[in-house]
Amino acid sequence: MMPIIEWLRPWEPSAPVFIACVLAVGLYAAGLIRGARPGFWPALSYLLGVGLIYTVTQTQYDYFSQFLFAAHRLQHLALHHLGPFLIALSMPTAVLAAGLPKQVRQWPEQPLLRPIFSVLRVSYRIIQQPFIAGFLFVGLIYFWLTPAIHFDAMLSIDLYWFMNWTMALDGLLFWWLIFERGDQGVTPRLSPGRRILMLALIMPPQIALGAYIALSKQNLFEIYDVCGRAFPIDPMLDQQIGGLITWIPASMMSVVAAIIILAFRLEQSNDKR
Amino acid sequence: MTNAKSRWINAVFVSLLAVLLSACGGSGYQTKGIEGLLPALEFSLTSETGQPITQADLRGSPTVVFFGFTNCPDVCPTAMARIAAAVDAAQANDLNVLFVSVDPARDNPARLMRYTNFFSDRVTGATASVETLKEMTKRYRATFGYDEPNEFGDYNVSHSSAMYVFDAAGQARALFRPSDSVAAMASDLRRINQG
Repeated sequence: MMPIIEWLRPWEPSAPVFIACVLAVGLYAAGLIRGARPGFWPALSYLLGVGLIYTVTQTQYDYFSQFLFAAHRLQHLALHHLGPFLIALSMPTAVLAAGLPKQVRQWPEQPLLRPIFSVLRVSYRIIQQPFIAGFLFVGLIYFWLTPAIHFDAMLSIDLYWFMNWTMALDGLLFWWLIFERGDQGVTPRLSPGRRILMLALIMPPQIALGAYIALSKQNLFEIYDVCGRAFPIDPMLDQQIGGLITWIPASMMSVVAAIIILAFRLEQSNDKR
Repeated sequence: MTNAKSRWINAVFVSLLAVLLSACGGSGYQTKGIEGLLPALEFSLTSETGQPITQADLRGSPTVVFFGFTNCPDVCPTAMARIAAAVDAAQANDLNVLFVSVDPARDNPARLMRYTNFFSDRVTGATASVETLKEMTKRYRATFGYDEPNEFGDYNVSHSSAMYVFDAAGQARALFRPSDSVAAMASDLRRINQG
């Protein structure tokens, strides 16, 4: 049995991931210290989301993600679905903004930097168009699970990190759009109906892909045979578990998100009364 | 933005990414090209003669590296027979094949020598401590693991089934998978042997 301290040691240390996670927690903590009061559950949700992303990339869990298809699918479930879901659900913008130094908060208004922020704002609004956001969310899952592309991504350490970053960032963009609420910011505000429609539309392609992988009689991801598995396990069993993870929990997240959106809507109606 | 326009932008984006990734590993290989995907050959092991062996001992001619174990019932003997056939077909006379045992508890140098001699005199066996082997396999994005021993003390070992091909300068060039034919392996060996 591996001691817990050994488990916490990164299998493949990544400075950008480490810095991003430390910054995310540090800024949030600074925001809390400066008086932002998001409430207990949003704070817990945010920290759990960041913690989950850190755990699946910067501990010994990452070893299993690299050498077991099922563990890899679980890693991407955390990176693309659960982690960003929890972060976006907590709507941390106000706390993070409070945590930023005053000068940094003023950057968007500075004449020199204003054009850069304008371009960023327009680009952000384009990729947050519902069709594009939904297409990217599902498209990225298909893209990285294309066997030839998956082979290269798992073989090259640079491509591996690139894959993980794209999944985490895309997850954040998508769930941010779904859970956007409070003061209107740059993110397009969709009606609850449109949000639920988006969630419904991203389900069938994920179910189809997961089912195809789980029920396939063919060993689709040769890379795990080529590089070896973390422990002796039947390749088809590994693939079936990975397929089921892509199929069921990933799709269930849409249902959970839809229920949360409806709950927010009900809460809003009650507040108005 | 219209749906048609955004669909077009998405298609271009995904195609570009796919083209960029498909260019990875080099082109023209009949097996899997891995140029730029994996680091250069580097190791420090104990050879089947009991002497230390490093990449410097093999520099100057292409090297094929395979991670296995001598008790392996199927993958390793098949791989060794296939590479011996491919080396013969390629007529790559100065090529090295390094069989790295990831089961040092059972594979001592004498046992390794008996095993490699059975396949070809071009095959050299080597091994090291589990820790050193973990470092080496990690470098090449591979791993290995041990099953629980049965009542006779026998256990299975999960390991990479690929053969990593490095050129004379030690640069990673190709990866031979179990699905690659001997003819394809021979063709790429010829190409790598020519520089």
